[in-house]
Amino acid sequence: MSKIKKLQKLLESKEITCAELTERYLQNIERQNKTINAYIKVTAEEALETAKKVDEKIAAGEKLMPLEGIPMSLKDNISTKGIETTCCSKMLQGYCPIYDASVWESLKNQNSVLLGKTNMDEFAMGSSCETSIFGVTLNPRNTDYVAGGSSGGAAASVAGDMAVFGIGSDTGGSIRQPASFCGLVGFKPTYGTVSRYGLIAYASSLDQIGPITGSVEDAAIIYDCLSSYDPKDSTSVGSKTGTRDKIKDSIKGMKIGIIQEFFDGINKDVKSSLEEAIRVYQDAGTQIVPFEMPKLNAVLPVYFIISCAEASSNLGRYDGIRYGYTSDAYKDINEMICKNRSEGFGKEVQRRILLGTYALSSGKYDAYYKKAQSLRYSIIRDFKKIFENCDLILTPSVPVTAYKKGQALVDPIEIYMMDICTVPANIAGLPAVSVPCGFDENNLPIGMQLIGNNFEDYKVLNAAYQFEKLTGESFLRPEVEI
Amino acid sequence: MSYELVAGLETHVELSTKAKIFCQCTTEFGGDPNTHCCPICMGMPGTLPKLNKKVVEYAVKAGLATNCKIRNVSKMDRKNYTYPDLPKAYQISQFDKPICYDGYIKLSSGKNIRINRIHIEEDAGKLIHEGGDTYIDYNRGGVPLIEIVTEPDFRSIDEVIEYLEKLRLIMKYIGVSDVKMQEGSLRCDVNISARKKGDEKFGTRTEIKNMNSLNFIAKAMEYEFNRHVDILESGGVIDQETRRYDSALNITESMRDKEDEDDYRYFRDPDLVNIIISEEEINKLKVELPQLPDKKLDIFMNEYGLPKDDADLLIKYKKIAEYFEEASKGIKNKKLVSNYILSQVYRRMPTDSDKEECSVSLPPKYLGELISLLENKKINSSMASQALEKMLDTGKPVSEFISKKDMEGIDEGLLREICLRAVDENKEAVESYLGGKEKAFGAIIGYIMKETRGKADPQKAAEIVKEIIKTS
Repeated sequence: MSKIKKLQKLLESKEITCAELTERYLQNIERQNKTINAYIKVTAEEALETAKKVDEKIAAGEKLMPLEGIPMSLKDNISTKGIETTCCSKMLQGYCPIYDASVWESLKNQNSVLLGKTNMDEFAMGSSCETSIFGVTLNPRNTDYVAGGSSGGAAASVAGDMAVFGIGSDTGGSIRQPASFCGLVGFKPTYGTVSRYGLIAYASSLDQIGPITGSVEDAAIIYDCLSSYDPKDSTSVGSKTGTRDKIKDSIKGMKIGIIQEFFDGINKDVKSSLEEAIRVYQDAGTQIVPFEMPKLNAVLPVYFIISCAEASSNLGRYDGIRYGYTSDAYKDINEMICKNRSEGFGKEVQRRILLGTYALSSGKYDAYYKKAQSLRYSIIRDFKKIFENCDLILTPSVPVTAYKKGQALVDPIEIYMMDICTVPANIAGLPAVSVPCGFDENNLPIGMQLIGNNFEDYKVLNAAYQFEKLTGESFLRPEVEI
Repeated sequence: MSYELVAGLETHVELSTKAKIFCQCTTEFGGDPNTHCCPICMGMPGTLPKLNKKVVEYAVKAGLATNCKIRNVSKMDRKNYTYPDLPKAYQISQFDKPICYDGYIKLSSGKNIRINRIHIEEDAGKLIHEGGDTYIDYNRGGVPLIEIVTEPDFRSIDEVIEYLEKLRLIMKYIGVSDVKMQEGSLRCDVNISARKKGDEKFGTRTEIKNMNSLNFIAKAMEYEFNRHVDILESGGVIDQETRRYDSALNITESMRDKEDEDDYRYFRDPDLVNIIISEEEINKLKVELPQLPDKKLDIFMNEYGLPKDDADLLIKYKKIAEYFEEASKGIKNKKLVSNYILSQVYRRMPTDSDKEECSVSLPPKYLGELISLLENKKINSSMASQALEKMLDTGKPVSEFISKKDMEGIDEGLLREICLRAVDENKEAVESYLGGKEKAFGAIIGYIMKETRGKADPQKAAEIVKEIIKTS
C-alpha cells in the first residue's frame, strides 16, 4: 500500500497537519539517528517551514501535488542550495552549493518536506557507508549489520521510519543494494530519465538518481514526478509519465528471463527465496525463459575500469582552492593541491582515483579503458538481444544479505564481487528495481532484482508491484503507526 | 651551411558567440573579475555542460571558409590537467574526432598551407599575480575557442605572418570572431625546426607557446630559428620542448621538456552527447557564408580592374569593401570610386575600429551619385572633392551642395577669357613655368579655379593656358 497516498489522505482530510506529521518524523530521527546514523544533517527548521506552507494550502482547500507534504530525505551527494553538501568526504566539509540539483528543485516545487541529508560512502564509493567520514550507517532491521551502500543513509532513513522516502543515487547498485539489505524497494530508472544536474558525480555514464521506498507504488509515484527532460543535462531524455497507473496492469503472459550465471554461488537462503519468487511469477501466468550471458564475468572489471576512470577525472576539481578542505601548511601551489587531496580524500576514494588515472594514462589506455568500453558495448548488445525475447530479467539483488559491521573493510575485493548482480544495469543504462522477497536464517531481508529494457521502467515496476500483491505484501516492513 | 625554417601553427581563435560554450554566461571581454560566471563555468560540483549550438555553427563556418571537410558525427573529449585557472581540472575539447579537418589557406604566392584540423574547446580562466598573491578570474573560463592546426608547411616567417593575416581576415569576414589580438582572441603556438637546405627529414622541433601579436611571433620565430641553427652548427642537439617568448628580452626560454609533458588522459566526456550535423545543415551554413576576402580581391582586380594595392586596402576591412561595392554600383570607372574611398573617405576613419565599422555617416549610394556625375563629366574633380567633404560632414546627398546650374559648368568662351586674364595677371608664374618650373603652372590653374569658384574643368583650363602661352 502506498504510504504517500495514505499520508496525503490523512493530510487532506485534516486528520493530521503536515506540521504534526513532520514533527513526528523529526522525533523519530531524534530518537533513532544516534544509533542508526542515517542522517548526517537534519534540516528541521526548513522542514517545518515547508510543512507550514503545506498546511496553509490545505486550509485554503487546495489540492495537493503528488509529493506535497511528504517528509523525505536526500542523499548527501545531491546539491541543495545553502545546505551543506559534503558527499560525506572531508574534502567537501563546509561546502554549501550555490544552486539546487534539478531533482531537488522538482521536489521543492512540490513542497516535499526535506528532513535532512543522508549518509553515504565517501563520494558514493563503497557499499556499506563505512567509507563515510561520518561513520557507518546501521541497519534498522538489526543493528549488528550495516544498512548497505552507498545510499545506506537513504535506505536506513526509510527503514527506520525517519522518512517516507529517500532519494539516492546508483552507480553500480547503490540504491538497490541498501534497499535489499533493509527490506525496501530501491529503483534505479533508465539512464537519462532522471536529470543528473546537481548530482555530484562519481561516474557520469553510470550514475543515476532514484527513490528508496517502502512500496513499489511509492517508487512509481516518485518516478513520475522526477522523470522529465532537463535541458541542463545533455544526457537527459525524459520519459513518459503515468507509471503509477501502468504498474497495476496484469502481468499474465509476460516473459521473464532467468540468466543462470546470476544464480551461481549465491547464498542458499537467497537462492531459495528467489526460486520461490520465480514460482510465484509462474503461477501468475508469466513465462520463465532461460538465457545465457557468458560475458557476465567481464561485467565487474568493465565497471571498475570505467567508473574509476570517470571518477579520476570527475574528482580532479577538488583541489581545495575554491571550496572544501585546505591543508594548513604548504610551500607552493603544487604542494598545496597535493596535501589538500591526500588529506581530504579517504583511502577508498584515493584508491579509485589512482586506478582510474592508471587506466586512462598513455600506454595503458588501449589495454584498459578502450577495452572496457568495447566490452561495455558488447554487453549492451547482449542485453538488447535478450530483450528481444523477454520483457524482464529476474536476478537476486545481491548474492548475500546485509554485511556485518566492519566486514566490508576487511575484504574490499570480496565486497566488490557482491555488486555482480546490480552492476550490469548500470553498464547498459537499464532500469532495475530491488523488491523484498524473503528473509534469511537471521531474519535479514532478501531482495529480488528485476531488470527491464531501456525506457521500459513501467514494466519493471509493474512486475514488482504485482509481486508485492501476489505475496500479500508479506515481505514489506510492518506498517508503523504514525 | 644554409638552413631552412620549417614551422607549423596552432592558432586559438575565440568565437564571438553571445553565450559561453557550455552555459548562458556572456562572453564579453573584461568586466569585474568573476562577474561573468555561473556554477557551470566555475565547475561547481554536480554541474553539467550543455553545448551551445552556435559554437558548432561558428566552427563549421570557420571550417568551410578554410576549405575543410566537416565531420557529420563528432564528439567532445576531456583533456585532464590540473591548473588553478581550469576549475574542473579538465578542459572540454575534441581529441580524435575534430569537427573540421583537411583544409587549406592559399597564400598570395599560390602555395597552400594545409590545415590538419579545426576543433572546438573551452577557454580557461586567468591568473592575476599581484603583490606576491595570485588571484583567479574565471570570466574567460568557458569562452568558446576553435583551435586551427596546420601541417608543418611554413618555410619562412613571412609565410606565417601572411597566413595569420589571412586567417584573421577570414574569421572577421565570416563573423565568427572579432580576432582582437590585444584582447587575446587570437593566440598562437608555433612549432618550429631547422633543417639543412635540401634535407628531406624534419629537424627536432620546439614549440613556442601562447603569443598574441604578429610582431612577437615574427621576433620569437627569428630568435628561435637562429637558436636552432647555432646549436646545429656547433654540433649540438635540439631538445624537443615547450618554450615561452619573453618579449622584454626578445628571447625564448624553456618552460618544460618532453619528459615533463602532461599526460592529458583524453577520453570522451560522458556528460556530453555526439555532435551530429547533417549535410543539409552544412549546406545551409555554406549558403550563409559571405563572399570571402580572396574572392573579393579577385573580383576587384580582375573584374573591376583595380590595381592590387587598391584591392588589398579595400578588402582589409569587410565593411569598407562592401561600402566600395555599394558605391561603385553602375559606375564604369571603379578606380575612380576606389580613389575617393581610399583618400577622402578613408581620412574620416582614423582608427582601426573606425575602419572596421566603416564609420562614416555618408551612405555609399550618395558617393556613387557623386562619382557618377564626375564620370559623366557633369562636374570636375575639384568640384567633386569639395562636395564630398561637405557630404562627409553632413551625410547629405550631392544635390544639397551642387546645383543643376553649377553642373552646367562654364562655357568655353568665358573660360578662354578667364584664362587670358590669368596669364596676364600671373606673369611671374608664366616666366617660371617657361623657365622649366612645372610647379609654377599650378599657380595659374589655381587662379582660374578661384575665379570660377571651382566650376572650371582644370584639365580643360590647362589646355587653354598652354595654348595661350605657346602662341603669345
